[in-house]
Amino acid sequence: MTTHTQTAQNKPPGSVTGGEGLLTGPVRTVLAAVLLVLLLAAPFALYPVFLMKVLCFALFACAFNLLIGFVGLLSFGHAAFFGGAAYISAHTVKVWGVTPEIGILLGTAFAAALGMVFGLLAIRRQGIYFAMITLALAQMIFFLALQMPFTGGEDGIQAVPRGRLFGVIDLTSPLAMYYTVLAIAVLGFLIIWRTVHSPFGQVLKAIRENEPRAISLGYRTEQYKLAAFVMSAALAGLAGATKAIVFQLATLTDVSWQMSGEVVLMTLLGGMGTLFGPVVGAALVVTLQNYLAATNLPVTVVIGAIFVVCVLVFRRGIVGELTRILKGSRG
Amino acid sequence: MLARILAAGAAFVALGVGAAQAQGVSGDVIKIGVLNDRSGLYADLGGEGSAVAARMAAEDHGGKVLGKPIEVVVADHQNKADIGSNITRQWIDQDNVDVIVDVPNSGVALAVQDITKQKGKIFLMQGPATSRLTGDACSPTGFHWAYDTHALAVGTGKAIVDAGGKKWFFLTADYAFGHQLEADTSAVVKANGGTVVGTVRHPLNTSDFSSFLLQAQSSGAQVIGLANAGGDTINSIKQASEFGITQSGQSLAGLLLFLSDVHALGLQVSQGLQLTTGFYWDMNAETRAWSEKYKAKTGKMPTMVQAGSYSSVRHYLKAVEAAGTDDGPTVAKKMKEMPVNDFFAKNGKILPNGRMVHDMYLARVKKPSESKGPWDYYQIISTIPGDQAFATLEKSGCPIKG
Amino acid sequence: MFEFLGVPPQALFGQLLLGLINGSFYALLSLGLAVIFGMLNVINFAHGALYMVGAFTAWLMLQYLGIGYWPALILAPLVVGLFGIILEKTMLSRLYKLDHLYGLLLTFGLALILEGMFRHWYGASGQPYRIPDALQGGRNLGFMFLPNYRGWVVVASLVVCLGTWYAIERTRLGAYLRAATENPVLVQAFGINVPRMITLTYGFGVALAGFAGVLAAPIYQVNPLMGSNLIIVVFAVVVIGGMGSIMGAIVTGFALGLLEGLTKVFYPEASNIVVFVVMAVVLLIKPAGLFGRER
Repeated sequence: MTTHTQTAQNKPPGSVTGGEGLLTGPVRTVLAAVLLVLLLAAPFALYPVFLMKVLCFALFACAFNLLIGFVGLLSFGHAAFFGGAAYISAHTVKVWGVTPEIGILLGTAFAAALGMVFGLLAIRRQGIYFAMITLALAQMIFFLALQMPFTGGEDGIQAVPRGRLFGVIDLTSPLAMYYTVLAIAVLGFLIIWRTVHSPFGQVLKAIRENEPRAISLGYRTEQYKLAAFVMSAALAGLAGATKAIVFQLATLTDVSWQMSGEVVLMTLLGGMGTLFGPVVGAALVVTLQNYLAATNLPVTVVIGAIFVVCVLVFRRGIVGELTRILKGSRG
Repeated sequence: MLARILAAGAAFVALGVGAAQAQGVSGDVIKIGVLNDRSGLYADLGGEGSAVAARMAAEDHGGKVLGKPIEVVVADHQNKADIGSNITRQWIDQDNVDVIVDVPNSGVALAVQDITKQKGKIFLMQGPATSRLTGDACSPTGFHWAYDTHALAVGTGKAIVDAGGKKWFFLTADYAFGHQLEADTSAVVKANGGTVVGTVRHPLNTSDFSSFLLQAQSSGAQVIGLANAGGDTINSIKQASEFGITQSGQSLAGLLLFLSDVHALGLQVSQGLQLTTGFYWDMNAETRAWSEKYKAKTGKMPTMVQAGSYSSVRHYLKAVEAAGTDDGPTVAKKMKEMPVNDFFAKNGKILPNGRMVHDMYLARVKKPSESKGPWDYYQIISTIPGDQAFATLEKSGCPIKG
Repeated sequence: MFEFLGVPPQALFGQLLLGLINGSFYALLSLGLAVIFGMLNVINFAHGALYMVGAFTAWLMLQYLGIGYWPALILAPLVVGLFGIILEKTMLSRLYKLDHLYGLLLTFGLALILEGMFRHWYGASGQPYRIPDALQGGRNLGFMFLPNYRGWVVVASLVVCLGTWYAIERTRLGAYLRAATENPVLVQAFGINVPRMITLTYGFGVALAGFAGVLAAPIYQVNPLMGSNLIIVVFAVVVIGGMGSIMGAIVTGFALGLLEGLTKVFYPEASNIVVFVVMAVVLLIKPAGLFGRER
């Protein structure tokens, strides 16, 4: 039996690109500015805790998208980084008494280190194998999180103090917390944006499109892939660590495989390989979960149905489809 | 734009001022938020049933309190602490919810306890097990109603040792909850003259228990204590019956088992099992009357969680009436002054840490031949007085003083 | 009487036998995955959910149609297989021209839907299923008490596994199948309906999952979530074995069941993660898996 070989019509999911061609130069700058102003004003119109959750998941989805959309690797184990970092930052802030920014940094560093280990093991295989290996490794982290004494088992780590940012700014105020989260999310987003548009990002795209050719051009693709994986893990960790501070808790939910599935869905729904897609997807999925919580509809069925519909007829995702339509109308 | 932001900001401040007011009913409605698992592992023991019970309590109170209508809202926390805490915050900050009910899953309950404590709202816990909720994680406005790990350990441990089951073996789920249940129970067993001959820890959500049961079987223990919950308990009981453990003279003690679990297992498999419960429908005329009413609405008999939901909501509404306000801390004080007297608890009293102290019952699961039909599952063997079942305020570890 | 690391040999034999029983389920499920993967290049994430559907089908048949265990052992896999064929025809077949990851994502979504629906209808605590009368009780083997039903599970799963292996590796039909895997265009040119073969293969693969589900019903509670945790372990089994051969999937399944059994004796806390640890080690030494071929 053969394992699959990548051929021209056999493109990885991420290659349904878009986003970049759509908005160019000044238009994009203006749009980005408008978006930023909206985000700055948002907590006065919408519930801040909800917004913070959306921002954390948006960053998480963007981090995941860096891997699937720009390297073509589907990781089914990103919850390990997200949740692992949440545990570390919750523990360091609560038990060691460090300030929130240190806690978040430690969580992020842990996720990066974990990403290194996962990456070294998983990067040797591609496609479906890569997905299965990351899933299995993440499941191992789940069981460790369940059993290790400091994680609090099924209770998780609770009542984490939000503390004072840099020892000065009191984060118990919803607005202070919101703007901190916004700053972190924007920072993470800028890092991803820079990476994608750097020479490094170009090599990643080359690997996604045709790995053998990239190798023949003299790139050591495994190292590039590993670097991208570690970066994606670190950013996912940043999102998880921040979420732990916002919600003042870290629990098994964050490391479970369902969480890995959720982030895949957010990215798929919003548009893989687009810059803004994951943000849109995350906002939609979080809103949906909140909405469904108050209805009698079984949440998993709805989530599963969206998955199926996306895969069958809507593979470009929302932003991807929009881009295509706009491009088409321009001729 | 700027003006609108400023206006919104002003509204924000006004909201803060509004919350501080302590008389009357905020928002001109008493909102009861039933927050629990409606689709997952704990949906059967609480779920929609707890919401039905809360609605029944509102109806029985006349649908109004202090002349204001009572409204029940529900949400599914999906066993995720972040979703649970998000809903709780939103309910309190935006939707004027006055009281949160049920919340199974200790992880979610601890998160909700933290929020209701900060915001001074009442929290009526039925589903969660951990005694930490009235211990180090207690809150002046948090009430733990139906049962807790301490009561389960004392109830089952002491009663079985007294009945001659002195040699114990523990089958423990390997996480905080299981460890606590095991530690509490083995302390009780030893204090009453029993011994613990062995322990095996299994990972959470194990599907195959045969090898652990084999170890329990060869340990020579009289009693196998199941310090686990939900699906783990169900599977271990089922497989114990398969391996002939109960037939060979060892008995099983389920440390956390609900009526819905026994219903799912069937009597064939679960017969002879001993367990502690805070409520059983078939105890007296009063319990039967209420439970039949409940069954007419849901098609099932209530678990202790669902019955407790009714009892606690009813008590809360009475306290609001007596206090003349829905302000959390004031109502909480009133609730603690008033005794709990209904079909669920006789002369129940509430400790300053929020523990509702009431009698617990040791039950044995009937043989299929003894059962008269569906839901006729338990035989109550003995009553454990509330003062013995629950920890005293001093021993609870809660910093709140009476 | 000697002891092995403080464990008496009776207990050890007992645990090994139990491990073999668990291995039976791993083998049946990973075999189904391997058969599907070989033909479709799809990792069937819905495999665990279909295993659950198999168990539920048996329970529903008993509950509403009065069909007992033995007929259900044949009928339930047929139902699941038919269901799989519908899924393949209506959904999966649209994805073959795309990256194989889409197959994984689609089946992941299907798994969520199936589990969610059964949970919605039948609750999460599960339904009881009785051991058939002919297999009630058990026998004392000297070193342990073996319930008759567990013995039957090992036998049934071995027979089915080896039968499948024989059919694929030693019969004419199997030869077509293998050929179609290697070069579908050529086989099509010989007048064999390859798309239909793919459909039937998927149906057969998930029928194996359904069969495992019926086998599991009397041992475990028939529970909507019974497949969701199992499937990840089976994925690890598949990675360890490699997708190279049918025999590889079977052998690895049984072997890891044994290994898990041993872990439960010596260090039970680790029994959930031992498979994943083995997977990590195998990946370091032999990235293609024990029976896989490096490409």
